[in-house]
Amino acid sequence: MKIILREQALLPGGGSRLLSTVLLPVATLAGIVVAWQIFAWLLRLPVWILPSPTSIVEATLKWSPVLPMHIGITLYETLAGFMLAIVVGVSMAVLVVYSPILQTTIYPILLSLQSVPKVAIAPVLLIWVGYGQLPKIIVVFLVCFFPIIVSTATGLNSVPGELLDLVRSLSPTQFQIFVKIRFPAAMSHIFVGLKVAITLAVVGAVIGEFVGSERGLGYLILAATSQLNTPLAFGAMVLLTLMSIVLYYALEGLERLIAPWAREEQQP
Amino acid sequence: MAQKIRIDDLSKAYLPRRGDRVSALEHITLAVEEQEFVTLVGPSGCGKSTLLKIIAGLQPPTSGRVYLDGQSVLAPRRDVGMVFQNPVLLPWRSIMENVLLPIEILRLERGAYEKTCGQLLELVGLKGFERRAPRELSGGMQQRAAICRALIYNPAVLLMDEPFGALDAMTREELAFELLRIWGEHKKTVIFVTHSITEAVLLADRVVVMTPRPGRVAAVVNVALPRPRVVDMEFSDTFKGHVDEIRRHIFARRSEVRA
Repeated sequence: MKIILREQALLPGGGSRLLSTVLLPVATLAGIVVAWQIFAWLLRLPVWILPSPTSIVEATLKWSPVLPMHIGITLYETLAGFMLAIVVGVSMAVLVVYSPILQTTIYPILLSLQSVPKVAIAPVLLIWVGYGQLPKIIVVFLVCFFPIIVSTATGLNSVPGELLDLVRSLSPTQFQIFVKIRFPAAMSHIFVGLKVAITLAVVGAVIGEFVGSERGLGYLILAATSQLNTPLAFGAMVLLTLMSIVLYYALEGLERLIAPWAREEQQP
Repeated sequence: MAQKIRIDDLSKAYLPRRGDRVSALEHITLAVEEQEFVTLVGPSGCGKSTLLKIIAGLQPPTSGRVYLDGQSVLAPRRDVGMVFQNPVLLPWRSIMENVLLPIEILRLERGAYEKTCGQLLELVGLKGFERRAPRELSGGMQQRAAICRALIYNPAVLLMDEPFGALDAMTREELAFELLRIWGEHKKTVIFVTHSITEAVLLADRVVVMTPRPGRVAAVVNVALPRPRVVDMEFSDTFKGHVDEIRRHIFARRSEVRA
């Protein structure tokens, strides 16, 4: 979005906002899809190697009766894991910021945990908590947790020293500083972490489903490819992408609603 | 007039992680009268801001004491208001909510101060901007709001750390006169840190000239200009004389270091 906004200045005569922010990316995307269609048609590739956009749409429509269920499952796993990561990530960030001991003990452990590939953890989770949605929610939680705790901790520490001095000169309680200054000041950072996390969350849910599941869009991709139904696999991918984009913009909307000042702070 | 603040043989040193002890302030002794306007002027690194923080009780001195109304300052006191170089208004609060922040933190009754808040904002020319967000205001307007925030709980002492340092020269001078007008209506003891010599002379009853490494008081200049101060005074010989005198104190010390 920001890059597009900056390029707006390069357009002759400035260009209208609608043209540059909506029409231009949509037109580019449409162009790619058309080129893809022509490409697939010219090369006459088998549909299981490179399905054309029309065959993807066709397969998706054919499967449309069961798609809402699969979408719902994956969406639920994504959101449940994401929410869990917010609750745990934000509260742990608060603990880490306020406790020097936790900062020196837990933080390095978290960092090493983050370095463990989540794809490797997923099969183990299967052993621990079995099939069902719980292991997927845990994978989502694990991928979302780190960006949220780091951004929250950074945000809580980002309060300008002058502001803290000013408030400290009024002999406040720690609770007052937290509620009135530090937490709201962390908002813009927290939302940066949340936006990174939400895009990872969808990926996490798919990883969880790949390892072992009977439902969800990740399962659908796996099932479709095993039957060489590549168009359906692509259809599921498109749906996952759309889900990710919708969730991202929902989050931006939420940010505009509860922290309208934050977006301006994020501008470089 | 009674003595408001007394700084008694105050020194402050830092122990950096690497290297030797750094002496920020050395043997500062100064008395400020009640309702006096004192400016601290000097080049960067002379410990002006540190001194201000120690007076505010935000930092402990290494040795020596600060007395406020005869009592030793060991922690922040609520009869002290502060204004910094940056307005540091909270972006999620309206201008009025920002001004009322100290009231909330001091757990005073908000309703009783809303009228005062309106009056203060009117005094600094921000009437009509009460509900605006800080980002909608210019830097000078934000700093005016920050001054209101420091005045809202009516502290007896106002500590200002280069409050106009981030503003352009014209806004800066405008705000200096505005501050004098506010000070005229709400008589307070003011300690004002600046690195502008003309600003220091224009505002002050007394200018404390400080020199760096270590921070020391080089001279205290009594400003012989009548009040209220007006723009024309800046062209007077008295004004120029004071400016030259202060400059000499600062540069004398510099050439001494080089030699």
